[in-house]
Amino acid sequence: MKRHLLEAADLDRADATLVLDTAAQIDQALAGREVKKLPTLRGRTVVNLFYEDSTRTRISFELAAKRLSADVLNFSAKGSSVSKGESLKDTALTLEAMGSDAIVVRHSASGAPHRLANWVRGSVVNAGDGTHEHPTQALLDAYTIRHRLGRLEGVRVAVVGDVLHSRVARSNVRLLHTLGAEVTLVAPPTLLPVGVGSWPAEVSYDLDVVLPKADVVMMLRVQAERMNASYFPSAREYSRRYGLDARRMGALGDEAIVMHPGPMNRGMEIAAEVADSVRSTIVEQVGNGVSVRMAVLYLLLGGAPS
Amino acid sequence: MARQPEPARSDLSSPSAVLSAADVTRVVDRMAHQLIEKCAGAGDDAAGGLADLVLVGIPTRGAPLARRLAARVEAFAGSPVDVGAVDITLYRDDLRMRGVRALEETLLPEGGIDGRLVVLVDDVLYSGRSVRAALDALRDLGRPRAVQLAVLVDRGHRELPIRADYVGKNLPTSRNQSVRVRLAEVDGVDEVVVTEGEQ
Repeated sequence: MKRHLLEAADLDRADATLVLDTAAQIDQALAGREVKKLPTLRGRTVVNLFYEDSTRTRISFELAAKRLSADVLNFSAKGSSVSKGESLKDTALTLEAMGSDAIVVRHSASGAPHRLANWVRGSVVNAGDGTHEHPTQALLDAYTIRHRLGRLEGVRVAVVGDVLHSRVARSNVRLLHTLGAEVTLVAPPTLLPVGVGSWPAEVSYDLDVVLPKADVVMMLRVQAERMNASYFPSAREYSRRYGLDARRMGALGDEAIVMHPGPMNRGMEIAAEVADSVRSTIVEQVGNGVSVRMAVLYLLLGGAPS
Repeated sequence: MARQPEPARSDLSSPSAVLSAADVTRVVDRMAHQLIEKCAGAGDDAAGGLADLVLVGIPTRGAPLARRLAARVEAFAGSPVDVGAVDITLYRDDLRMRGVRALEETLLPEGGIDGRLVVLVDDVLYSGRSVRAALDALRDLGRPRAVQLAVLVDRGHRELPIRADYVGKNLPTSRNQSVRVRLAEVDGVDEVVVTEGEQ
C-alpha cells in the first residue's frame, strides 16, 4: 500500500481487496464482543481535519481510530485559527509539530489532500475533497456490495444522480472498475462532467432502461448547496425522471440492492419507502464504514513508520 | 513418552525434517490423550471436563492443529469438543518493527469462552510473544475459567515467563536455526523441518 490514501486510483486490485478482507476480518473479530477495542494503534495520534461539515464521515473515522486505541484530535475549521486566516499548510504543520501520525482531511477544495500530503511526514487520508474524490466511501460501498451479493466481479452497478458534483461517484467508478464491477452512470446531461466518456463506465440518460439490469442501484444526493446553475428545471421534474420510488424499485431484480451514501433527501432522489425497504443497505453502509476505516488506518499506520 | 530412536528414518521427506507425517499424526494423538486425561479429572459427568473445553488455535497453523486435536479428542473420548481461532495480528507487539500483515480468521464457539477451559493451540513455541498476544486477545473476548497452552513443538528461547501445558515435541535449537511446521491443510504436507539460518 502507498503511504497515503488520496484517491481510489491509489489502490490497485490487490490493495483494495486487502482492505476489504481486513475489514471483514475485523468485523468478524469484533462481532458480539463486549470490548470492541483493539490495542493495535496505541500511542498513535490521528487528527481529523475537517474544513467542511460532516456527520457520519467524521464520527466514523473517529470511532475507527478509537477502536484501534489511537488518540484522536478533532479539528473543525469553525471556531479555529482558520477563521483568523491561517492557511492549510500552517495548520497542517502545527498539527504535525504536535505529533500527529495521520491526518484525515476533508476540504471543500478539490486536491487539498494532495497538497497536504507533500507537506507532512505522516499519512494523509482523503475524507472528501470538493467534487474530486472520497475513497473510503467507495471502499465501504464496495465492502457492502460484496457482503450482500457475495462478489464484485461482474456486478452491474447503476450510479444515479448528480455525477457532476459527486466525489462519491468519482471514487466509486474508479474503485468498482478496479475490482471488476461494471458501472453505468445515469444522470441528466447537465449533471454529467465534461470528459465522462473517458471514465471506465457506461452512460445513460434513462433510469427506467437501466434498472431491470442492475444488481446495485446507488443513488447520489442532490446537493442543494451546489445547485446554483439551473441544472434541471424543477425538483419535481428531477424526482420524476431520476428519483427512485416504489414503482421503480419494483422493476429491480430479486437480489438487487439500493444504496445511498447519505445524507438523504427523502422524497427527492429516493422515496421514503425505498430508503426503509429491505433492499436498502443505507444503515448497513454506515456500520461498514467503521470497519473499512479501521482497516485503512491499520494498513496505513499499523506498520513501521517509513 | 519418548519416541523410539529412529534407525533409518527413510520416511522423512528431507534430511532436515525432524518429524514425518506419521510422527505428526502420532504426536497429535498423544496430545489428544493427554488432554482427555487432564480434563477428565476436572468434570463430574460422563464426558469429564470435556464439555467445558474449548480448543482455540492461533492462526495460521495453530487453527488447523486445533481442529485436528479436537477431532482426535472426539474420536478417543466420544464427545464433541468446541473449536475456535483467535487472530493475534492486531495484538502483536512487533507490528511497528515488522510491518502490517493480512489478518486471519477469528472465530469463537456459539456460547463464547466465559467460564470455560480454553486451551490455546499453536505450532511452535519460541519467544512466547505470540502466546502473550493471544492472552491479551482472550482478555477482550471473555473470561475463561482457566487458560492452558498446547504446542506441537517447543524450541526453547523464551523471552517471557510462559510455558506450555501440552508439548508434542521438545526440540532444542539454537537461535540461528529456524523451525518450520508444515501442515497438510496449509502447506499440503505434514512435517517439521529444522534449517540453519534465520527464517
